[in-house]
Amino acid sequence: MTGRIYIYIFIMAAVSFAIRVLPMTLIRKPITNQFVQSFLYYVPYVTLAVMTFPAIVEATQSPISGLLALLVGIVAAWLNVGLFKVAVSCCTVVFLAELFLI
Amino acid sequence: MSSSQIDYSFQTKTNRTALEQGFRDGIPIGLGYFAVSFSLGIVARNAGLSPFQGFLASALCSASAGEYAGFTLIAALGTFMEIAVITFITNARYLLMSCALSQKAEPGMPLIHRLLTSFYITDELFAISIARPGYMNPYYTYGAILIASPCWAFGTAFGVIAGSLLPLRIVSAFSVALYGMFLAVIIPPARKNKVIAGLILLSFAASFCSSYLPVISDISSGTRTIILTVLISTVAAILFPRNTSEKGEHV
Repeated sequence: MTGRIYIYIFIMAAVSFAIRVLPMTLIRKPITNQFVQSFLYYVPYVTLAVMTFPAIVEATQSPISGLLALLVGIVAAWLNVGLFKVAVSCCTVVFLAELFLI
Repeated sequence: MSSSQIDYSFQTKTNRTALEQGFRDGIPIGLGYFAVSFSLGIVARNAGLSPFQGFLASALCSASAGEYAGFTLIAALGTFMEIAVITFITNARYLLMSCALSQKAEPGMPLIHRLLTSFYITDELFAISIARPGYMNPYYTYGAILIASPCWAFGTAFGVIAGSLLPLRIVSAFSVALYGMFLAVIIPPARKNKVIAGLILLSFAASFCSSYLPVISDISSGTRTIILTVLISTVAAILFPRNTSEKGEHV
């Protein structure tokens, strides 16, 4: 079984590596196609938004504290306080809220 | 030195500054990674992995959803083919991110920097690398990797060893750090760009609906992320094509 687990890990690593490395090493020139350019420009915003909600509400012990973290995170990010402070405010809000909620 | 001409030697002050900045921005990511990979380690332990195997898998794959799906399949004694396919599907968004990142790289960026920076494309490191103005400086990404990667790998090993050592309260609070960072990346540009603001709201709504609607909610969250990303970004690219002349604002 141990040997088999190493093969599993190797396959996971090889596939993850190929997915990440191939586009970055093969695409050497600026993409001029306007559609492709626009598509790639929007991808990160859409992906990160899709992954944030409702996942943030499901990550905490109580959905209410997750929702509070989302709201506080949006406000803090809107005020442009920086990556670290936004993350810390979200964590603090969850910790404090769950002192009362749980 | 302008950001469009990067000297790829480590001897320059700019590169060392970038490395330090990346390291600093990587600290909250590392903290979040530690909490997430800790719970991932518990999944790994249930699948029969040793602490070292958990460490190895995380050091090489650096993918929360991908590793989670992989560990679950290992526990179910899946075939090698199955594990390859599930890894591809759960990580397919990194394919898109790598395409996007290739556009942030200076055309003359050496292969070694392309290999190293793309090896560690995760949601968070992609987000902070792409958010910097101008061409990407690989040293900024390396700085973040230096702190984020050990946190991720050791967190997994620690999770395998010490199942439920951290109080649930702490894990719960830690777990939103990642989402906080996502917000810190997508919200500030939305202030200036109404299309992005609208897209974020639409993505929230679509993601919410798809995770509760019958049939669609049966699809794994990784696959749903791919489908929604491709769908919404395609519609946005058709309806709101970017003016290629505004290169300076390229994100």
